[in-house]
Amino acid sequence: MTTQAFNFKDYIRPRFFPHIWCPGCGHGIVLGSLLRAVHELGLDKNEIVMTSGIGCSSRISGYVDFHSLHTIHGRALSFATGVKLSQPNLKAIVPMGDGDALAIGGNHFIHAARRNIDITAIVMNNRIYGMTGGQFSPLSGSGKKATTAPYTTIDRDFDVAELAKSAGATFVARSTVYHANECKDLIKKGITHKGFSVVEILTQCPTYYGRKNKEGDAIQMMEGYKTNTAKIGSKKLEKNPDLIQRGIFVKNTDVPEYCEAYDKIIKTAMKGKA
Amino acid sequence: MGKGKTVKHLIDKEWCKGCGICIHFCPKNVLDFDQYGKAEAIRPEDCIACKLCELRCPDLAIQIIEDQEGENEKQE
Repeated sequence: MTTQAFNFKDYIRPRFFPHIWCPGCGHGIVLGSLLRAVHELGLDKNEIVMTSGIGCSSRISGYVDFHSLHTIHGRALSFATGVKLSQPNLKAIVPMGDGDALAIGGNHFIHAARRNIDITAIVMNNRIYGMTGGQFSPLSGSGKKATTAPYTTIDRDFDVAELAKSAGATFVARSTVYHANECKDLIKKGITHKGFSVVEILTQCPTYYGRKNKEGDAIQMMEGYKTNTAKIGSKKLEKNPDLIQRGIFVKNTDVPEYCEAYDKIIKTAMKGKA
Repeated sequence: MGKGKTVKHLIDKEWCKGCGICIHFCPKNVLDFDQYGKAEAIRPEDCIACKLCELRCPDLAIQIIEDQEGENEKQE
């Protein structure tokens, strides 16, 4: 914890601002929550490495003043795994879009979860490919409109939390950009958790998803997050179990972390020679 | 606003894209659009410094600065 007042200008590269995201895009709110989380944890900027793939959300790594790698589509977690194995002291944070994480990078996602390597994956779920023009993603869900689905999609969607859980992630949480403070707390918990952490954040794409599906502008979409989600264990969820659940789904500290397990193997192989 | 408190709204008009999120979620209706469609504090005296606008601004364009008049350096 730090007692200094928060000023986001300490953590960004202001020369890249104003950012490229559309007016009302939720990714900026995720960026704000992330910077607040880093500030409240009192982390040094040099302790953090952020790797990202391709997409609107992946632009985050260019805006933050940490070590950053802007890599290839879907492979951000692989690059982060490499960085983490060579520099285990760094905190690895990987911001990903829904398509980047679960379509192009779906395999990397489940295997990073299975290994339980100490990386924090922030899945910014806006349910569409925004940067390339509004194609439907594996999280769009059936019955939604997109540029590539003018008569609505027939594909079912993934539940990121369930997928991460069954793949073996040891910290899984979900929030929305409307609940920006909760978002910050969950990112903080994800960063401090030793092991693979997945924080899914529902964020609005008013330009493509909102417009195509008549969900209104950014403000109406954010109001939607308020009404359509409920915290795990709340009365609201009890009354209406169909709502999207928010909060922590899994927190498991019993599984060995990958880098530590790897260190043990090195020691065994060297048998005290090093 | 609390007694003896002043709240300054630093709004970066270059960064603001005029999405209106801050205006909609302000509980005291402090903010509104200016003539260029950017956010502006038109009733700063009503501000309670809840910082919901700063928290939810997607463009990181708002900073709320609280000043306690006459009691400098009191907070730790």
